[in-house]
Amino acid sequence: MGNVDLNARIPNNVGLKEDRRLQRALEAWQPGFIDWWMEMGPEGFQADQIYLRTAVDVGRDGWAHFEHVKMPDYRWGIFMSPMEDGRVIPCGDFFGQPAWQQVPGEYRNMLRRIIVTQADTEPASVEQQRLLGQTAPSLYDLRNLFQVNVEEGRHLWAMVYLLHTLFGRDGREEAEDLLRRRSGNEDSPRILGTFNEPVEDWLSFFMFTTFTDRDGKFQLLSLAESALDQLSRTTRFMLTEEAHHMFVGETGVGRVIERAGEVMNELGTEDPDKIRAHGAIDLPTIQKWLNRWFSSSVNLFGGEQSSNAANYFAAGLKGRYKEEKYEDHVALEGAYEMQVPGSGSGGSGKGLITEQVPMRNAMNEVLRDGYVQDCEFVVGRWNRTLEKLERPERMYLPNRRFNREIGIYTGHHFDPEGNPISHEEWEAKKGQWLPSAEDLEFVKSLMKPCLGHGQIASWIAPPKKGINGNPFAWEYVRFDKASVGVGLGAEPSLTG
Amino acid sequence: MTSTTIAQPASAPLRFETSPDQYRHWRFEVDGAIARLSMDVQENEGLRSDYQLKLNSYDMSVDRELADAIHRLRFEHPGVRVLVVESAQQGVFCAGANIHMLGTSSHAFKVNFCKFTNETRLYLEAMAEECGVHTICAVSGPCAGGGYELALACDEIILKDDGNTTVSLPEVPLLGVLPGTGGLTRLVDKRKVRRDLADVFSTVAEGIKGRRAEQWNLVDKSVPSSKFAQYVDDRAKEFAQAEGPRGRTSDEAAVVLPPLDGTREDGVVRHKYVSLELDGRIGTIVVKGPDAPPPPDAAAARALGSELWHLRMARELDDILLDLRFNHLDVGTLILRTEGDAAQVLAHDAFLESNAENDWFVFEVKAKLIRVLKRLDITARSVFALIEPDSCFSGSLFELTLAGDRSYMLDDPDHPVSVELSSLNRGPLPMANGLSRLETRFLGAPETLEAALAHEGPWDARGAEDAGVVTLSPDDIDWEDEIRIAIEERASLSPDALTGMEANIRFAGPETLETKIFGRLSAWQNWIFQRPNAVGEHGALTLYGRPERPVFDWKRT
Repeated sequence: MGNVDLNARIPNNVGLKEDRRLQRALEAWQPGFIDWWMEMGPEGFQADQIYLRTAVDVGRDGWAHFEHVKMPDYRWGIFMSPMEDGRVIPCGDFFGQPAWQQVPGEYRNMLRRIIVTQADTEPASVEQQRLLGQTAPSLYDLRNLFQVNVEEGRHLWAMVYLLHTLFGRDGREEAEDLLRRRSGNEDSPRILGTFNEPVEDWLSFFMFTTFTDRDGKFQLLSLAESALDQLSRTTRFMLTEEAHHMFVGETGVGRVIERAGEVMNELGTEDPDKIRAHGAIDLPTIQKWLNRWFSSSVNLFGGEQSSNAANYFAAGLKGRYKEEKYEDHVALEGAYEMQVPGSGSGGSGKGLITEQVPMRNAMNEVLRDGYVQDCEFVVGRWNRTLEKLERPERMYLPNRRFNREIGIYTGHHFDPEGNPISHEEWEAKKGQWLPSAEDLEFVKSLMKPCLGHGQIASWIAPPKKGINGNPFAWEYVRFDKASVGVGLGAEPSLTG
Repeated sequence: MTSTTIAQPASAPLRFETSPDQYRHWRFEVDGAIARLSMDVQENEGLRSDYQLKLNSYDMSVDRELADAIHRLRFEHPGVRVLVVESAQQGVFCAGANIHMLGTSSHAFKVNFCKFTNETRLYLEAMAEECGVHTICAVSGPCAGGGYELALACDEIILKDDGNTTVSLPEVPLLGVLPGTGGLTRLVDKRKVRRDLADVFSTVAEGIKGRRAEQWNLVDKSVPSSKFAQYVDDRAKEFAQAEGPRGRTSDEAAVVLPPLDGTREDGVVRHKYVSLELDGRIGTIVVKGPDAPPPPDAAAARALGSELWHLRMARELDDILLDLRFNHLDVGTLILRTEGDAAQVLAHDAFLESNAENDWFVFEVKAKLIRVLKRLDITARSVFALIEPDSCFSGSLFELTLAGDRSYMLDDPDHPVSVELSSLNRGPLPMANGLSRLETRFLGAPETLEAALAHEGPWDARGAEDAGVVTLSPDDIDWEDEIRIAIEERASLSPDALTGMEANIRFAGPETLETKIFGRLSAWQNWIFQRPNAVGEHGALTLYGRPERPVFDWKRT
């Protein structure tokens, strides 16, 4: 790539123009990225003009620059929050020492692993969501989906930048592998389980952006406290974008709940069958989706007792959510009181016992606490929607022990309130708590494209307002062909 | 017989007898010519209750089952041509020896644990050559430390390329110790991994996966997830067709190994042919010779099965050596005695020697004898053989005197004592260095060796001393004092110095993978295991899994 328009084509604040090593690495990587985007990015919309926000600078005006653009031409940039003078390491054994401007050899492998694990989630979610455009409930939602997708792509760039600049050949190979793995692929799956689960319907998409992207937020928050300054600065800027993804999720689920409430009021019934027959999604079904995605996402914080977590904190590679609010940044003293399943063969039904875990080993759980609390607030806001509609029903957040596949609760069974239950009870009741095949079939049956200006699907309420001051009924996507009518009833093209 | 599979309190003696119906941690399945050993370690059923065996990590309770399974496979499943070692747990192959177990075990236990696991891996490794059983390690999920060392002991390592499966030796970077089960040695000596790549590999805690693991020859084949199970099956079937050596054809000819039915009371262990008596820091092992002539032919030997004298004697001696090793640490000096008719021993030896090459069972009996004698070689106790009237230290039992550190033979014209070689002393029972005990004994005197080997018939005491096959032959007047003083003197020396001295002196001659593992690797490991950088207050092993990071003393030694 020529130097002349380099900064225009790859907006950045990392001195790309002067950094020949980075240029060379990116030159080799970028074609692969575009190939990946064309193959695994949103299916069927690559030629259309989407009203997207592009970050061109980290300043207040720079990162909210809107224009219609074809997704493959999107200007994926590389941004970090500005360097803070005299930033010191906020936690761990090196607390108070100057932040690292280069990777210390002894932590190279650990840092690389942390960055690769984070990076892998970014393209993964694009892959998980690649077919959703074909069943979008409105142009507004279609645009939001693509905004989320291109920004996940940009987050991949941000992480690849770190790999390229800080980790030499290993880093370049890891960056290649990020484009090689595929969500849900048996032979080269994405690293974390949740990111291999397909996001097949829009309710799942909204739950994913609410709960799974919120895990991303908390991971980024913990990396924002990193002793490695570039990692901290990169993740801080990513957090500004991540907020929009969670907005899409939270308002999306909120609008589905709102629609359910409206239909219940309209029909004067709580009967799920009647609500379903009216083309809306009943609250118990929405709750099942909530249960599934929350429990899946809560796994992403890792084991409750983790020597990795202790090592990361000790070395200052990761901190806690809002590290500054803690008094003790070394955390060698003190313990975390944890409820662990009582041991005994078979496990379940043996009850929970309280265990004192050294604070550093409990850092995953500390981060999970912040996450669960944040999720509680979200569910509270959804319930206010029901309150406003004068509905008595309420959504709830299942207990973190419910339906776990990673950590100490794995292999034991708990109800959504977190009470230990037997295997038999679990088998008998899980259909009430998690989506059944029939539920999935029903929600899938609602997923029909609805892409005319101002149109909206029957199962979701329109948003309160549009994007960047535009109304809801607006051309958020300009389709390439005259036969655009993906939204007008034509079968979406499935060429993947 | 002592049942041994239920987790015992730490103070209970460790027993080694078990059987597949009692396994807690392995599934052992035989289907025609293919056997599968699937590791499924039960977290809460380790030897002690103060650690949990997470992620298929192992302790002695896991490894003794592995040892038992390998042992039984040789006798009870002659129809097997392939052994697949795999994990029954989703997402992990084996995390290696349990760190918390190591961190909280005494130094002696750690050393003995490593010694036992090393022996077991060597037994596994020998199966291809000795029994025509090809071993395949099917690695699915992270395979770390001792897990990878288990894989290294197999003939073929197949790795699942799923982005999650890695092989690693994280001991140096994570724990500040060494891989203790031959990992480093097999890496460069067996798999011939380039030393610089081995250096990189052994310092990357997270390990190496997929294609690179294959490129570096850390594994034989990296196979995509979707084809992994099929590939392993195909490989197994390929080898399942092979002809077994020495008539190893089907399980119909199996020889079952029943539990040993010895008794243990008041410091005395009494098996049919071998007993152990403890008196303070002295242990006396008495081996009885055969009480009947050898069977007429191999078929009759198979009918006798586990009752065949050599086999039963070897199993009993093995049990006693392990009992001493783990349960009687303060018994520093062992006295070996025999009782019986030397002519019978020689007759049994002759039977063994003339049938071992054409009958699989007789061969297995000989192989078992080799293994037990090697276990005696590396027993970290001073071993003196006392050759007295009514003893039968000839042939395979004479090998006991050669395995020991010294032998004393009574020279008493009124009670003549003799020793005599059989063909088994002339090469078929090699030590870890690949040489016979006589060859090793006479490394610097080939003429003496030749003369000894050429000697026909028995030696009397004076003749044996002259031939150099015994250490000393005191006469009946000196005998009692001489023996008493020798034992008392020995028992007064530093046990650590003796262990080191004996280990240095016993293994003259060429190095093999086996001698490197037991000598070089173990010596370094034992040193590192004692050092503050590993086990001190701020040592890496001490602090593993704890919130603090290790603090090293940076001085090189």
